[in-house]
Amino acid sequence: MANIWVIFKRELASYFMTPIAYVFIVIFVFLSGIFAFYMGNFFARGQADLEPFFGFHPWLYLFLIPALAMRLWAEERKTGTIELLLTLPISIPQAVVAKYLAAWVFSGIALAFTFPIWWTVNFLGDPDNGVIVASYVGSMLMAGAFLAIGACVSSLTKNQVIAFVITAVVCLIFVLSGYPLVLDFFSGWAPQFLVETISSFSFLSHFNAIAKGVIDLRDFVYFVSLIAFWLFANAVLIELKKAD
Amino acid sequence: MGPVAAATARDTFDDRPEGQAGRYSEWLRARRDLKKRYQSLYCALRERCDIAEHGGAKRRRRSTDLRCWITRCACTGIPGENENVEPKVEIRHLSKRFGQITAVDDVSFCVGRGEVLGFLGPNGAGKSTTMKMITGFLAPDSGSVIVGGDDIALAPVAVKARIGYLPEGAPLYADMTPLAFLNFVAEIRGFRGEAKRARIEQTVQRVNLEEVLNQPIATLSKGFKRRVGLAQAIFHDPEVLILDEPTDGLDPNQKHEVRALIRSMAQAKVIILSTHILEEVEAVCTRAIIIARGKVVCDSTPAELEARSRLHNAITLAVKGDGAHEAAQSLRDLSGVEAVEALGHIDGIARYQIYPKAGELLAATVSQVARERGWEIVQLTVERGRLDEVFRAVTTGESASSEGGM
Ligand SMILES: Nc1ncnc2c1ncn2[C@@H]1O[C@H](COP(=O)(O)OP(=O)(O)OP(=O)(O)O)[C@@H](O)[C@H]1O
Ligand SMILES: [Mg+2]
Repeated sequence: MANIWVIFKRELASYFMTPIAYVFIVIFVFLSGIFAFYMGNFFARGQADLEPFFGFHPWLYLFLIPALAMRLWAEERKTGTIELLLTLPISIPQAVVAKYLAAWVFSGIALAFTFPIWWTVNFLGDPDNGVIVASYVGSMLMAGAFLAIGACVSSLTKNQVIAFVITAVVCLIFVLSGYPLVLDFFSGWAPQFLVETISSFSFLSHFNAIAKGVIDLRDFVYFVSLIAFWLFANAVLIELKKAD
Repeated sequence: MGPVAAATARDTFDDRPEGQAGRYSEWLRARRDLKKRYQSLYCALRERCDIAEHGGAKRRRRSTDLRCWITRCACTGIPGENENVEPKVEIRHLSKRFGQITAVDDVSFCVGRGEVLGFLGPNGAGKSTTMKMITGFLAPDSGSVIVGGDDIALAPVAVKARIGYLPEGAPLYADMTPLAFLNFVAEIRGFRGEAKRARIEQTVQRVNLEEVLNQPIATLSKGFKRRVGLAQAIFHDPEVLILDEPTDGLDPNQKHEVRALIRSMAQAKVIILSTHILEEVEAVCTRAIIIARGKVVCDSTPAELEARSRLHNAITLAVKGDGAHEAAQSLRDLSGVEAVEALGHIDGIARYQIYPKAGELLAATVSQVARERGWEIVQLTVERGRLDEVFRAVTTGESASSEGGM
């Protein structure tokens, strides 16, 4: 536990020692604002809620989270510091969890910087703050799932660009599998249970469920087990090919 | 216990010089010792086996434990018999392949406390790969690494806590400052509060890092980066220190300091270092292993290595005077001279290299001959032997001396 904390601190601090943190936060806040206000017709809808804001999160995460995750292990491999890290008296699961948590907390910080939007709706109207809190939780969970995929893919390569592209594609598959367009494509010929299985693997369906304001245990378990699976795979892959 | 602490009871017995085998009292004493050692081994074994047999579900693990424990006994002696177990690195039949390349091929050796082992070999010989396996970064294809009694495959974290490692090229987190980086290392190594502060200060002093403590590592010169890497390796005063080319990129003063540092730590530690600088081996190592194409081709002290050089005890002679140019023949006629090589003459001074027959010392004879012939001796030096020559011979498969390679 102590080891996880120490690595976590170092990782989180390293975001702020480079411009990554500032660029990421600024772009995240800026884009989520743009999406919500212009494309989501935030004002024109005349409703005091944050649905348009959260509605774009999956798409925003689709390219921002891979950018955050791509460096997790690929950079360690590239610079050789993985050799330094993994010959310290820590276990690989500790390193995997600590790095992941640092990235997740960082994405949480970026998300926290969107608070002016929340403040704005509260100023303009009378939104259901319970729904908003649930949406924030859902957004965090979804970011966590994206990140776990990204961390795992990043552990496979030295090359951050490859890590980015593959992560984005894998995440896209996870998002799209709940999209009506894709589901329609399947529902024409595939049996119902298959369509439901595909849909149940989607970030969208689970995120939308949470964003409605109900944190269902199933949605929660879905994200947590997805994260656990990808982190487990991450640890196994590092163990198997730490030196390649 | 010496470097070969692995001496089991049987070895002690076998090691007795043959000439003394007849001495009855000594033989009796040896037998008594032996019995005592076996007894404690037997008791300890019984204890372990009982656990192994009644372990139930955990039996498989127990039996691995047992195997590991027996290995440890062979390495460090029987527990209870020798209380202060020496730090020690034992490498057994280590092999590693990368695709078609066999990077390390059945390498075995054992290093005890107080030894500084120099790891030599041409580029791509497998030095770094071996070190990566000793530090647990790479898993070997076969063979085992035992550090201070624990197998690294079974207790990786415990073993890593005992090791300080400077990887090849000293990779570092470039965006941190040396201070932040050492702080990180300190906390991972379990230092907190005042102890941490004091240890950082002490380490910084040992490797002369004061002036760059707050400058990002990315902006440091190569030598300073290397020193940060070194600081990280020696930080927790480890029992085992593994340094992959520690002086690469340092200026001559720093090289000197680092060698002094290594020497000062040598007493209490096992140190394994790799280097391409042969003087470094003479300067700091008590033992040298040469590895070529993944195999250990030579394992001895630097002095023994020098002795394998053709130049060992050879004489470099520079003389002037009448007939000095034709001295080669008369030198060749001396008993004990294997060969004479004329190195040419400049300004009336003729130079020769005189190679002795094995075991002969020629300095006295040669100077006497020179005096008799009336040559004026400008230079007469006895060569110690040259490591680079031995290195080349051993690693390219040629024989280094008349006795041939190992
Ligand atoms: N990750 C790897 N993948 C494939 N081959 C490798 C890998 N690491 C090392 N090798 C190969 O293993 C062999 C031994 O390499 P190693 O780095 O141990 O040599 P070395 O003795 O340290 O050489 P140098 O003196 O140049 O540092 C080389 O042929 C190298 O190409
Ligand atoms: Mg090397």
